[in-house]
Amino acid sequence: MSPTQWDFPVELCCRPMAFVTLTGLDVVYNAVHRAVWDAFCANRRADRVPISFKVLPGDHEYPKCRPKRTSYEWYIPKGILKTGWMNKHLNLVPALVVVFYELDWDEPQWKEKQSECATRVEIVRQSLQGRNTKVAVVLIQKKTPLPPGEDVIASERAAALCNACELSGKSLFVLPHTDHLVGYIIRLENAFYEHAQTYYYTEIRRVKSHKEFLNKTTHQLLFVRHQFKIAFFSELKQDTQNALKNYRTAYNLVHELRAHETNILEIKTMAGFINYKICRLCFQHNTPLDAIAQFRKHIDLCKKRIGSAELSFEHAAWMSKQFQAFGDLFDEAIKLGLTAIQTQNPGFYYQQAAYYAQERKQLTETLCDHEATVIYPSPDPLETQTGVLDFYGQRSWRQGVLSFDLSDPEKEKVGVLAIQLKERSIVHSEIIITLLSNAVAQFKKYKCPRMKSHLMVQMGEEYYYAKDYTKALKLLDYVMCDYRSEGWWTLLTSILTTALKCAYLMAQLKGYITYSLELLGRASTLKDEQKSRIEKNLINVLMNESPEPEPDCDVLAVKTAQKLWADRVSLAGSNVFTIGVQDFVPFVQCKARFHAPSFHVDVPVQFDVYLKADCPHPIRFSKLRVSFNNQEYNQFCVIEEASKAGEVLENLNQEKMCFVPGKTRKYLFKFVAKTEDVGKKIEITSVDLILGHETGRCVVLNWQGGGGDAASSQEALQASRSFKRRPKLPDNEPHWDSIVIQASTMIISRVPNISVHLRHEPPALTNEMYCLVVTVESHEEIQIRDVKLTAGLKPGQDANLTQKTHVTLHGAELCDESQPALLTDVPVGELHPGEQLEKMLYVRCGTVGSRMFLVYVSYLINTTVEGKEIVCKCHKDETVTIETVFPFDVAVKFVSTKFEHLERVCADIPFLLMADILSASPWALTVVSSELQLAPSVTPVDQLESQVDRVVLQTGESASECFCLRCPSVGNVEGGVATGRYIISWKRTSAMGDTPVISTVITLPHVIIENIPLHVNADLPSFGRVRESLPVRYHLQNKTSLVQDVEVSVEPSDAFMFSGLKQIRLRILPGTEQEMLYNFYPLMAGYQQLPSLNINLLRFPSFTNQLLRRFIPTSIFVKLPLAAFEVLNAHVRLVALYWTKLLYNTFLITESLLL
Amino acid sequence: MAVCVAVIAKENYPLYIRSVPTENELKFHYMVHTSLDVVDEKISALGKALVDQRELYLGLLYPTEDHKVYPLMLTRAEEAHKCSGSCIIPTQTSCAIHSTTLGTAFNQGPLTAW
Repeated sequence: MSPTQWDFPVELCCRPMAFVTLTGLDVVYNAVHRAVWDAFCANRRADRVPISFKVLPGDHEYPKCRPKRTSYEWYIPKGILKTGWMNKHLNLVPALVVVFYELDWDEPQWKEKQSECATRVEIVRQSLQGRNTKVAVVLIQKKTPLPPGEDVIASERAAALCNACELSGKSLFVLPHTDHLVGYIIRLENAFYEHAQTYYYTEIRRVKSHKEFLNKTTHQLLFVRHQFKIAFFSELKQDTQNALKNYRTAYNLVHELRAHETNILEIKTMAGFINYKICRLCFQHNTPLDAIAQFRKHIDLCKKRIGSAELSFEHAAWMSKQFQAFGDLFDEAIKLGLTAIQTQNPGFYYQQAAYYAQERKQLTETLCDHEATVIYPSPDPLETQTGVLDFYGQRSWRQGVLSFDLSDPEKEKVGVLAIQLKERSIVHSEIIITLLSNAVAQFKKYKCPRMKSHLMVQMGEEYYYAKDYTKALKLLDYVMCDYRSEGWWTLLTSILTTALKCAYLMAQLKGYITYSLELLGRASTLKDEQKSRIEKNLINVLMNESPEPEPDCDVLAVKTAQKLWADRVSLAGSNVFTIGVQDFVPFVQCKARFHAPSFHVDVPVQFDVYLKADCPHPIRFSKLRVSFNNQEYNQFCVIEEASKAGEVLENLNQEKMCFVPGKTRKYLFKFVAKTEDVGKKIEITSVDLILGHETGRCVVLNWQGGGGDAASSQEALQASRSFKRRPKLPDNEPHWDSIVIQASTMIISRVPNISVHLRHEPPALTNEMYCLVVTVESHEEIQIRDVKLTAGLKPGQDANLTQKTHVTLHGAELCDESQPALLTDVPVGELHPGEQLEKMLYVRCGTVGSRMFLVYVSYLINTTVEGKEIVCKCHKDETVTIETVFPFDVAVKFVSTKFEHLERVCADIPFLLMADILSASPWALTVVSSELQLAPSVTPVDQLESQVDRVVLQTGESASECFCLRCPSVGNVEGGVATGRYIISWKRTSAMGDTPVISTVITLPHVIIENIPLHVNADLPSFGRVRESLPVRYHLQNKTSLVQDVEVSVEPSDAFMFSGLKQIRLRILPGTEQEMLYNFYPLMAGYQQLPSLNINLLRFPSFTNQLLRRFIPTSIFVKLPLAAFEVLNAHVRLVALYWTKLLYNTFLITESLLL
Repeated sequence: MAVCVAVIAKENYPLYIRSVPTENELKFHYMVHTSLDVVDEKISALGKALVDQRELYLGLLYPTEDHKVYPLMLTRAEEAHKCSGSCIIPTQTSCAIHSTTLGTAFNQGPLTAW
C-alpha cells in the first residue's frame, strides 16, 4: 500500500486527448524527420487540436485485442473497471497510426518503394488486428506538389499506392518538406483529428452495442463499466457534453450496485472517480453550481457508507481525498477565471478534508493500536503478482471475488491487519497540516480572518501532536491576540492550555511563565483546581525548581522535558523576565490613580496604586515600583518586601506584598514635585510588579501607563452597559470597576497670597496719559522677594492695538512711539507681610475702542513641603478692559458776517470761521488753549487770539469761538483751498499740575472761493426808533476791472418812509466805490423789513438781488419811542442774557439785535 | 434541532453561549466565532440600510458538513424585550446553529426553533 493510495490516478485527472501514433520517423538521426516531429509536438498552443502524439517504430506491438465476445450469457465480470483501462486508451491503443514514408511522385524505383510502403502498412495492421484503429500514410516529399489535377503521374501513382496499401484516398497524405512545414503539419493534424474522432465514435458505438446482451442480475458491474467507457471515449472524442451525461448515468448506476462490506471500497472508489469527472466537467462548462451540487450529493450518498469498522480510517481517508480533490478542482477553476465568494470557496473543502484527515488519524490511533509484538504478516497479503490491482478498489487478497461471503476469514484477518499496520506508519499530521495550510490560504483570500485563526489553531495543535512544539507555539502565539482582543475567553483558554503544554515540553521559561500568568488570570475559564496546579508550578519555576508535567502530554515527551527542566535548574542564574502586560490578561490587575488632576507645587503629589490578584491562592510579590516621565521621581515610588519604610503602607498589620485573591490592595505614594516641573505634566510611564527575587528567577510584570491590560477596555465597556448591582464590599474596600485610572497630573504653581488692586477713572481719552494705579498688598506670612510687575496691553489682541497703545511708568511726559505696549518684569523689590505698595502706570491709547490690560505680579517665596525647603514662584494677575473715547467733538463751519451758512466764500469779502468744541468726556476737561494755524490762502482780518483759554467743559458742554477771515482772490481752484489747522490743547481738569497737556489737531475743511463783480455793504445803526430818522449808507464797490453800469432802485416799505434816490443809474470805475445815502423814517415798532435795495448790473445779468441779500441787511429792529421803552426793558434783558456768551466771544458784529 | 444558541455583542464578544451538553462545547464556540466573519461581511456590505429596513435575519451563514448557522441581528428594543431588562445591549448578533443531521425541517424556519 503506497502512501498515495488515496490519490486519484493520473489518467483519471488528466484531460483525455485523442491518441495518435506516428511511425516511420527516425527522430534521432534524420533531421527532416526530427523537424517534422518537432512541428507536431513542440509549442502546442491551445488553438491546436487536442491530440496526444507518440513516435513509435513501425513494427511496434500494440496491446493485443481480446477475441470478441459473441455472448455474455455465461460471462461474469470480476470488477467494475480494470486499473489499466484508462491508461490503455490514453497511451497504448491509438485511434490512428500514421505511417510516414519518404516517397516522391517521380521516384524512379516507384514499384519497389510502393511495395515497401504497403508492407509497412501491413505490419501495422497486423499488430492492430481486431481493433478499429485507423491507419494513414503520409508521404514525405522533397518537391512541392503541383495543384491537384495537374500532375497526372501523381494522381495515377497515388491511386496505385492506395490500392496497394488498401487505403482509402482520404488516408493518404503528402507532406512536402519545404518552407511551410508548420502549416502543412497543422493541416495534417486536423485530418488526423477527424480520423481519431471517427475512431472514438466507432468505439462508443461498439461499447453501446454490448448493452443488449446484458442482464441486470449478473451484469450490474458491466452497466457501470460500459457507461464509464462511453463517457471516457466521449471525452477522448472531445464531446464533453455527452461525456458529462454518460458520467452522470454511470454515477447513478454505481449507486445502484448491491453494496456489501466486501465491495464497498470498490463502489466508493468508482463513485469517487466518476464524481471527480463530473465535477471537473461542470467546472469546465462553467457551471460551478452544478459541480457543487453534484459534490454535495456525492458526499451525502457516501458519507455513511463506512464499510468495515476495522478499516474505518480508510473511509475517513477517502472522504478527505474527496474534499481535497474538489477543493483542487475549485481552486483550479478560480485560477481560470471563476469568481468565488466568502461563503463558497475552496477553503471550506480543504478544511473539511483536513477534518476527515484528523478523523482518520484518530481512527488509526484507536484501530491500529497493536502491540509492538504484532508483526507484519508474511507473505504480504497486499502484494499482488503484477504489483498492481486488477480492478480499482478491490482487496489484493481476494481480487475478482464477487461473493459477499468471506470464503477465508483467516486470510481476511491477515489482510486487515496488514492494512492497519501500514496505516500506522503514515505521518498523518503532515497530511493534516498541508490541508489546513491550503485552507488558511483560501480563507485569507476570502476575508475570513476568524476562520483563518481557527485553522491556524488547529495547525498549531497538529504541530503539537507532531511534537514540533516550536512551530506549534509560533502559530498559537500568532492567533492568541485575535481571540484576546475579541474577548473569546473560552477559546483563548483552550489555546493557552496547548501553548503551556508546548512551553513545558520545551522547557521554555518565558513562554511557560507568560502562559501561566494568563491562565491564572480572570480571562482564563479553567477550573480552580487547574489554576491551583498552574500557580504551584509557576511558583516552583520561580523558585528554580522543575514544574509538574502538564496533563495529557505524551509520556515520552514528558520524559525529555523533565530532563530539559533539570538542565535549566542546574544552569540556574539570574533570570529576569520582563513581561509587558498590556498585550495579555495577567492574573494581577493594576490601576494607578493620582489623587487630583493637578497639584500645587507646595503640596506633595499623591497617588494610589491599586492591585488585585485573581489567582486561586495568595501570592507574594517582592517589589512594586512606579516610573515617571521625569525619572527623578522613580526613587520615591518603590515598595520592597524587605524595606523598612512604612509610611507608604496603609495596613501595617498585613504583609505588604502578599495578595489575597479577589481583594483590592491600595498603595499610597507621595513625593514632592520639583519646582522646575511647574506647568509640566507628570506622567506614570509604567508600573512594575516583581514576582520572585531579582537574585534568582523573577518576573517583572510591566504595565504601561497607569495600568490596564488587554481585557480592560472590554470590561469597562461591559461594566458601563451593565445594570448589575455591585456587591457590597467590607471595610470601605473600593470596588475595582469604579477605580478609574488617572496616570498623569499637572504641577501648578503655589497659590499666591497677595492682592492686586487697580484704580483708575475710565474711560480713557484718546491720546491722554491715562493713569492706572496698581496696589499690591502681601498677605503672606513671611517676606516675599523679587516682586516683579508686568503690565500693559494683554497679548493676543488685535495687532494694531499694539501699535497704538503705549505704557510707561512716567506720567510727567508724554510717551512716544518708542514705548512698549507691555512693560515686562518691572522689579518692585520686596514686601513684608501686610505691606502694600502702589505703582502708577500711564497708558496712552492712540485710537478709540476697548482694550484688555493685564497686570501680572510675580514673586518668590521660601516654603517648606514635607520638611523640604523649596523656593516657590507665585504670581497673580488681574485683567481689566478699558474703553478709550474721543475727549470732545469739534465742529468747524464757515458763515457769512450775517451768520448765515456759507456754501462758498466770496473772494476778498470777510467771512467767519466758527469752531464748536463739544465735550464727550464723562470727566471735566480743561481747554488749556486753542490755536488757529491758517493756510497761506487765508488771511485773518484781525488778531487770531484764542477765545477759549482755560475754559472748563463739563460733560455735554461746548465751547465755541469765532474768527473773521478773508480769502484773497486766487482764481478758480478745483475742490477749494485749504484753510489750515485748528489745535486744541487740553487735559483733564482733575489732572495734576505736572500732567502734560495734550494737543489735538483738527484739520480745517477746504473752502471754495468765488469772485463777485460788485460788493455792497451797508452802514446803518443797530436799531431804529419809531419816528426818528434812520440814516443808511450803502457802499457799492466795483470788484472787477471793468467800468460797471449799475441800476439802483429802492422799493418802498410800509414800515418806513424814506428820502434819497429812489431810482438811479450810475457808473462805477474799476476798483472804486460809490456811496449811496438814504434816510429811513420808521413808522412802526418791531422787527421791520427795510425798504429793499435792488441793484442791476448791466454787464453781469447773473448778479441778482439774492446775491445782494447776502451782504446787506433786509430788516431792522425798530424800537418804540423813548417813552415806551421803560415798559419793555425787563423783558428785553432776558433775551440779552441768552446771547451773552456769543456776545463775549464775538468781536465783529455787523448787525445788532440787542440794546 | 438547534444545538447551540449564542448572543454576541456588537463588538463581537460572546454574551451568552449555550450548546447541547452532549457535544464538544469548544467546537461550537469556534463555530460561532468563525461565523462572525460572514456576519461582519454581511453587515458591512448592507450597512445602515440593513438596520433601517429591519432586515435583521441574515440568512444561512455557514455551510459546514454537519451544521448550519443562522444569525439574527437584534436591536435594543427587541433585546430588552427578550432579556427582561437584566441587560440592555446595543445592536448585536445572535446565532443559532442547527444540526443538519438531526433536523433539516428547521432549515425552512430556523427562527421558530427559538
